[in-house]
Amino acid sequence: MTMTTQANRGVPLVDMRDIRVAFGGVHAVDGVSVDLYPGEVVGLVGGNGAGKTTLIKTLSGAHKADAGEIYINGEKATIETPRDAKKYNIETIYQTLALAENIDAPSNMFLGREMLSRWKTLDNRAMEQAARQVMGRLNPQFQNLLTPVQSLSGGQRQSVAIARAVHFNARILIMDEPTAALGPAETAQVHDLINQLKAEGIGIFLISHDIHGVFDLADRISVMLQGKLVGTVNRREVTKDEVLAMIIIGKLPGTATQKELAELHE
Amino acid sequence: MSVTASPPVPPESSQAPSRRLRLGPSLRAADIDMRLLGMLGALALIWVGFHFWSGGTFLTPRNLWNLSVQTATVAIMATGMVLIIVSRNIDLSVGSVLGAVGMAMAMLQREILPDWIGYDHWAMWIIALAAGLLLGAIIGGLHGFIIAYVGVPSFIVTLGGYLVWRGVAWWQASGQTIAPMDKTFQLLGGGSRGNIGGLWSWVVGGVACLAIVFMAVNGRRQRTKFGLRLRPLGMDVGLAALSCGVVLGAVGYLNLYYLPERVAAERGGGDIPFGLANPVLILIGVTLVMTFIATRLRFGRYVFAIGGNPEAAELGGIKTRWVIMKTFILMGILVAIAAAVQTARLNAAVSGLGQSAELYVIAAAVIGGTSFAGGVGTVSGAVLGALVMQSLQSGMVLVGVEAPIQDVAAGIVLVFAVALDTLVKRRPK
Ligand SMILES: Nc1ncnc2c1ncn2[C@@H]1O[C@H](COP(=O)(O)OP(=O)(O)OP(=O)(O)O)[C@@H](O)[C@H]1O
Ligand SMILES: [Mg+2]
Repeated sequence: MTMTTQANRGVPLVDMRDIRVAFGGVHAVDGVSVDLYPGEVVGLVGGNGAGKTTLIKTLSGAHKADAGEIYINGEKATIETPRDAKKYNIETIYQTLALAENIDAPSNMFLGREMLSRWKTLDNRAMEQAARQVMGRLNPQFQNLLTPVQSLSGGQRQSVAIARAVHFNARILIMDEPTAALGPAETAQVHDLINQLKAEGIGIFLISHDIHGVFDLADRISVMLQGKLVGTVNRREVTKDEVLAMIIIGKLPGTATQKELAELHE
Repeated sequence: MSVTASPPVPPESSQAPSRRLRLGPSLRAADIDMRLLGMLGALALIWVGFHFWSGGTFLTPRNLWNLSVQTATVAIMATGMVLIIVSRNIDLSVGSVLGAVGMAMAMLQREILPDWIGYDHWAMWIIALAAGLLLGAIIGGLHGFIIAYVGVPSFIVTLGGYLVWRGVAWWQASGQTIAPMDKTFQLLGGGSRGNIGGLWSWVVGGVACLAIVFMAVNGRRQRTKFGLRLRPLGMDVGLAALSCGVVLGAVGYLNLYYLPERVAAERGGGDIPFGLANPVLILIGVTLVMTFIATRLRFGRYVFAIGGNPEAAELGGIKTRWVIMKTFILMGILVAIAAAVQTARLNAAVSGLGQSAELYVIAAAVIGGTSFAGGVGTVSGAVLGALVMQSLQSGMVLVGVEAPIQDVAAGIVLVFAVALDTLVKRRPK
């Protein structure tokens, strides 16, 4: 059992050090450090309210960290707005999806980064075609792209959010519960996609409550509990029970007693 | 978004599914917005009702011509109010700003500029108008800045503006009436000289028809190219023909309003039509530009996105504060245009200029389908809403309803229209 040190893999794509975020008196993220290498999937797990979303929001520019540093490719990065994050090719699929309900899928996909015609007007046709192309990879059954997002199913909406992140050639991809609303077939498709993107050398933070999914996809797993990092482990070196023990009682593999492990299954 | 017969408007498409009643498959196949039909129906009802009530004067060319001019100021401002309300804000100050800017333009023409260039100088109207537009933009920008960057709710900021600018309108001339306006400036307000005459009105109508036909043909071509469902050919032809008929019919009917004999005599005598009034042409221009801004530009898309989900817009990297500030600058410019039309039409500025216009402007936008929940509304709907409100008001004036009772009726109609719309939307699909 090693607490992974990835010294042999060169410079990390993302290195978040000692990040802190507090809301009033609540320490939502309390000195957490995680890193991510190219072509790697890091699963970020923890119970509800553990601070996962808050942590990655400091990377996606949605929220400023109170303290801590972020290094991208070894260089210190200042990420204060979503625009900053996009400059570093960081794309995010938010847990809330962050879709404008009243406009259609292509408009949402390109929100803030619209394709323009020669005359600086919106090139809706080009955006629609690009949207169809990405959607063909993600969720080919989803055809009615031109209705407002509010009349789509939960899974279709999630597809739109994923399509947005995929289209813009992310180097760093943050997925906060990307398959929560998806059916089995669509989930499988997203899992394929994750493996495909990983093979292309993209680094992915995957937040999920689905331990089995995380075990299928992740190379390393970082566990948070009440704002603190319990630890980061190599997926091949741990069992699901050991990760569960980290999530629920915050004990690293090998440190939990048999009794505590037994209680997990009650 | 695809290109359809009418420009693909996010709000329209968002309304379409919920707004369609079960009125039989033919209407649904025609893809006709029920709200539009409802408004046209209400308008027909108001017009015919007042026609009989007034003993046959409402639908005369003369009255409709006046109605077209009176509608212009409210409608011009309503096109901007749409964007304000779509982005989940409100502007209660437009009537007072109209007063302040109108008074400023009048003061320039009567008190300030004549000292430099004399009365009725050829450049007078340009300087006055430009200064008015600039002032409107600055006032709107000030409101927008406090709302977007300081974070004071728009209701409060523009309520303050409502009081401040009304006071400023009074203060500039200490409550006096400033008149008359520059000779050329007056043309902005219509009147017997401020119009384009019969022939050019037909030209405008003809161009509008060509545009209608072009959009219908282009829409079908695009839908075919992208394999989208087409309306039956007969339906498209029928709709285009109907629209053209309405446009040309309106022009022809308004052209039956002739210049007074005395004025006509100066131009050779006989029946000389007024033709479309300048305020109406300004309104047409404003409507086209604002529709373009709302549906074709990134800025318009952002306004709708902010109204739909402000957080998503922010996460998309949109500078939401700047977008909001721009909507208020735009509103200020439109108010200044309306102020120019209004002072030119009255040929005077009074300190009460534009009083309670804000209510009519907001009502026009809301009756035209703009939702206070944000994210939904159309420019053309607001213009039609303004026509409905103005028809109601003009009709009541015509039949001699007293002013307080006019307000009672206008208020009831507003609430009734929105209630009806809410009920229709709530119907299970
Ligand atoms: N905007 C906010 N204002 C105040 N408190 C917040 C805010 N966002 C998050 N919190 C608090 O921060 C803590 C961490 O929340 P966070 O959303 O990061 O958890 P999470 O691990 O993503 O949980 P979940 O699995 O339920 O999504 C919680 O206690 C939450 O109440
Ligand atoms: Mg979360």
